[in-house]
Amino acid sequence: MTKSELIRKVQERISDYPSRDVAYAVLVVFDAMVRALIRGERIEIRDFGNITVRRRRSIRGRNPKTSDIIELPPRKIPFFKVGKELYDMINGRKGL
Amino acid sequence: MTKIDIIQDVYEKLGFSKKDAARIVESVFEIMKDSLARGEKIKISGFGNFSVKEKKSRRGRNPQTGSEIEISARKVLTFKSSQVLRKALNS
Repeated sequence: MTKSELIRKVQERISDYPSRDVAYAVLVVFDAMVRALIRGERIEIRDFGNITVRRRRSIRGRNPKTSDIIELPPRKIPFFKVGKELYDMINGRKGL
Repeated sequence: MTKIDIIQDVYEKLGFSKKDAARIVESVFEIMKDSLARGEKIKISGFGNFSVKEKKSRRGRNPQTGSEIEISARKVLTFKSSQVLRKALNS
């Protein structure tokens, strides 16, 4: 499922509003999450999962072409931890 | 940030009532959950991909007692963040 398919499904459910507004609302949902992560906030969606920003320390790598040693700076990566309800749904324990 | 904050954002940026903003946000996550429960992959450009991976059963140990146990086969959900998101976090 892509973002546009997701938008279409939300539009089917929320049919009492212009589809354009519903589509924009879905974009706002993801934009709000991106901005929270940029602020360094964790996102907690009950029954779905949490997204936290984890820090990776700097690592020494090698350019595979020239084999020069390069220092990769510390970086932040988003980390998703599945919530219990969704984990159970995926493993067919309930919800289906 | 929780669902409440996302609902607030949708409410402020669009003309929806709080109740309808909540319906939309709930729908987004419900539809995603149903899709993942069916084993589908979700691709949200600019955010990341969620995919269900099958794990085989394997032998493990109870770290407290040291006794060997069988870890059953299971499905796990993995999230691969989009490059756009990772760049935004590191700029």
